Amino acid sequence: MIHWTKLEVQPIYKIFGGKFITFFEASTPAGLRPLAGVRIRSEKKVINFPPPGFMDKPNYIKIKNIVTETPFVKTFYFDLELKSRPGQFVMLWIPGVDQKPFSIGSDDGQTFGLSVFKRGPLTEKLFGLNTGDRVGISGPFGKPFSIKPDTHYIMVAGGYGAAPLGYLTAEVSKIGCQIDFIIGARNAENLLFQNKLSELQNLHLHITTDDGSEGHKGFVTDILPEILKVNSEKNTLVCTCGPEMMEKKVLEICNESNTDCELSIERYMKCGNGVCGQCAVDPLGICMCTDGPVVSRQIANQITEFGKYHRDKTGSKIIY
Amino acid sequence: MLETIFLNKKFTNPIVLASGIRGVTAASMARTIEDGCGGVTAKSVSKEPRTGHPNPTCIGMDHFFINAVGLSNPGVEKAVEELKEFKKFSDRPLIGSIFAGTFDEFAEVAEKICEAPIDFLEVNVSCPNVSKEFGTPFAYSTEAVETITKKVKERSKVPVIIKLSPNAWNIDVIAQAAESAGADAITAVNTVSGMIIDVYSRKPVLHNKQGGVSGPALFPIALKCVFDIYKKVKIPIIGTGGISTGEDALAMIMAGATLLGVGSAVYFRGQDAFKKITTEMEDIMKAENIDSLDQIRGSAHL
Repeated sequence: MIHWTKLEVQPIYKIFGGKFITFFEASTPAGLRPLAGVRIRSEKKVINFPPPGFMDKPNYIKIKNIVTETPFVKTFYFDLELKSRPGQFVMLWIPGVDQKPFSIGSDDGQTFGLSVFKRGPLTEKLFGLNTGDRVGISGPFGKPFSIKPDTHYIMVAGGYGAAPLGYLTAEVSKIGCQIDFIIGARNAENLLFQNKLSELQNLHLHITTDDGSEGHKGFVTDILPEILKVNSEKNTLVCTCGPEMMEKKVLEICNESNTDCELSIERYMKCGNGVCGQCAVDPLGICMCTDGPVVSRQIANQITEFGKYHRDKTGSKIIY
Repeated sequence: MLETIFLNKKFTNPIVLASGIRGVTAASMARTIEDGCGGVTAKSVSKEPRTGHPNPTCIGMDHFFINAVGLSNPGVEKAVEELKEFKKFSDRPLIGSIFAGTFDEFAEVAEKICEAPIDFLEVNVSCPNVSKEFGTPFAYSTEAVETITKKVKERSKVPVIIKLSPNAWNIDVIAQAAESAGADAITAVNTVSGMIIDVYSRKPVLHNKQGGVSGPALFPIALKCVFDIYKKVKIPIIGTGGISTGEDALAMIMAGATLLGVGSAVYFRGQDAFKKITTEMEDIMKAENIDSLDQIRGSAHL
C-alpha cells in the first residue's frame, strides 16, 4: 500500500511527434514511486529548454527539401518543431542501414536543416533519397554554444564545421552581435556557405584554403591570432567546430591570449543520453553526447585526450 | 547504514554500476563512484575486439530502456589496461566482466582478465543480443552454465559471479547449478528479450531488431527472479534489473539481494541516479527503523 506524502510536481516539456507534450517531473523525497503517467526524472538537473537527453523512438518524417551545397555536401530540410539550439545535434536513422549524429545547421522553429557530407553507407543512402522520402529523426541532443548579447563572436570553421557555426551566426546576429567568421577548407570547391555568409551585414568573412584556390593559402589558425589582436579590446567569444587538430590549435591560441572559447568535440556516439558511456572522454569521464559536444575552454583544457586520441566503436583508443 | 560486506569485501553502499552502462572507459566508471556507486562493473569483454551492432542500439521509452549494443569491446588485452587505469582513479571494488562464444574461450578470457586488478569476475552468459553469432545464450542451459562456471573457476584468481538471464524460466535451478559448480555469487538478472517497432516506418527500431529490456519495466521480473534464486542458493546475489528508486532497492534486498546493480536508472533519473537511490534508501530506513541492510535481507521470505 503506497501512502502518498510529499509529492512535488513540476512540468517538463518534451518533443514527440513534432508536438510538445507536457510531462510532470515528480520528486518523492522518500523514494516513493510516482503515480502512473508521471515520469521519474532528475529533479536537480538543470534542464535547458528543450530538455536534452531523451533518445526516444525516432520521428519518421519526410524530407521537405534538399539543397546541394558543394559536390560533397547536401542540406536536408525537415518540417519539425525541433526547438534546438546551435551546437546541438540530432540522430538520423535510415531503417536497416544505420543511425548517426548530425549537428543541426539551421532551425527557424518550424523547419530545420542538416548539412551532410557524403562519407559512409548511411550518408550514401541519404544522398540517394528524394524530397518526400522519410527518415527517422530523434533529438535534439547535447549542450549548445552560448548565445550572449554584447559579445563579439569569432567563428572558426573547418570544413563541415561551418554548418553549426552558420546556425550560431544566424542566432547571434539576431541579437545584434558582430561576427568574424573564419572558414577554411581544402580548396575553393569545398567551402561551405560562403555566399550565404557573405550576405550578412554584421559579419566579416575570412576565407582560407589549404591549396590557396581561394582566400588565404593555409589554415584558419594562421589568421586567427591577427583577428584576435584586432578585437582584443572587445568582449570576445571564439566558437570553433572542425577537425580536432584544428580545434586543438584554436584552443592553444585562445589559451595564449586568454580569450573565451567554446569547442564542439566529436566522439563516436551510441545512445545520445550518457547511458552507454561510448563517448566518455579522459580523464573526466564525461560523455560528449550530454556534457558536450560543445564544451568551454576550461573543460577542453581538462580533456587530456583532446587532440591526442579518440575511441572507435569497440572502445579502443585511436591515436591522432 | 548502507555498508555491505560482499564475499569478504566491504562496499560503502550496496549499489554497483551494472555492466554495460557508462563502462567503456575507466574514467567514465570512476565518475559513477562520484555519482554514488559503491562499486562498479565494467563492460563485458571478449577475447577479440568487437564493434557491436550498428545504431540504433539504445532507445529509451517512458517505462523501459531497450538496447542491442552487441557487446562492443576492445578485446580483453586492451581492457586489462583500461581496468588498471580505474584503480588509479578509485580504490572502490571493481568487478570485471567477460563473455565468450565457447566454453574454452571463457576460461581463456577469464585467465587473461585476471591480469587486471579486478576484485571479482562476472561471467556474462546471458546477453540476449548476440544469438545470431553465438546461438542461444548459455544462460538457458543448466549444463552450459555448469561447464562454464567450472572452467572459469579453474582459471580465475578472483571470486566468480555468474550473470543469469530472466528469459530462462528456471533461473533458480540454473543458479543452483552454478552454485554447485563452484560459483561464488549470482548476478540476477541480465536484460529480458524484447523489441520495438516504429509504426511509421513499419520496421523494428533497433538495428538488431531485438534487444534487451531494462529500466522500470524489468524491475518486477528481476525481483521475482532474485526472490526465487534466494530460496535455492546460499551464495550471495547481486540483484539487478530496473532498480530506479530507494524503494526498488530495498525491495530487492528484501527479496534476498546483497548488492544491487543499477544501470538504466541513469536514463530515467540522471547521472547521479545512484546517489538519489542511496539517499532514498536511507530516508526510508530511518522512517522504518531499519538500522542495517542485514536486518531486512530476505525478509520477504519470512
